[in-house]
Amino acid sequence: MSILHTVNKSPFEKSSMDSCLAYANEGSAVLMYEDGIYGAIKGTAVADKISASSGVKFYVLGPDLKARGVAEDKVVDGIEIVDYAKFVSLAAENDKVQAWV
Amino acid sequence: MSEQIKKFMYVNRRAPYGTIYAWESLEVVLIGAAFDQDVSLAFIDDGVYQLIKGQDTAEVEMKNFSPTYQALGDYDVTKLFVEKESLEERGLTLEDLMPLTYEDEDDDWAEKDSIRLVSRAELADIMDEQDVFFSF
Repeated sequence: MSILHTVNKSPFEKSSMDSCLAYANEGSAVLMYEDGIYGAIKGTAVADKISASSGVKFYVLGPDLKARGVAEDKVVDGIEIVDYAKFVSLAAENDKVQAWV
Repeated sequence: MSEQIKKFMYVNRRAPYGTIYAWESLEVVLIGAAFDQDVSLAFIDDGVYQLIKGQDTAEVEMKNFSPTYQALGDYDVTKLFVEKESLEERGLTLEDLMPLTYEDEDDDWAEKDSIRLVSRAELADIMDEQDVFFSF
């Protein structure tokens, strides 16, 4: 039973991302949006944790990256940049959604 | 009645769009600029995200208030302290931030950088010199 985890808080201000990573099992998906997108930037302690999470697929919402001035080339390799339509698809494709608000 | 100039520091610790803090801070800074105090802004923790260049909010249908930081110099708000450690922890450098400048009336209106990169220890010392903090 696959889970889509969503994170919309900055990993540098709240522990939502840490909790999410601790709970995300193999085969699950993690989508970062709103202030959660700051977790997708290369060269941080959070990026290292993401890279170390095996079997978890990571996504980041493109419009929220653009709003915050984060260029696509600053995003950690392997994280897929998605649009709102794909956000909906992910919610539909997975069996359930856990929002780490 | 003589008026004493106080040192006001606005401390910005939040990212720009997830909450209203950043925008509210900017509004208060602009209003406060009318009071002729010695104003400085500190950007620490997630506050450094406020100054990232190239913000484009069209697709999230929110107001992009980042161009307003360019206007601060015209209101004599010319000291924007950005903490180095906060940038580094977030995978950012000065190059990722908007170039913000002001014209120095005491130096033949020479254009100067408003952003001053300081270490955490340096900023702690600068905070010691302040009279009042506004925290966002």
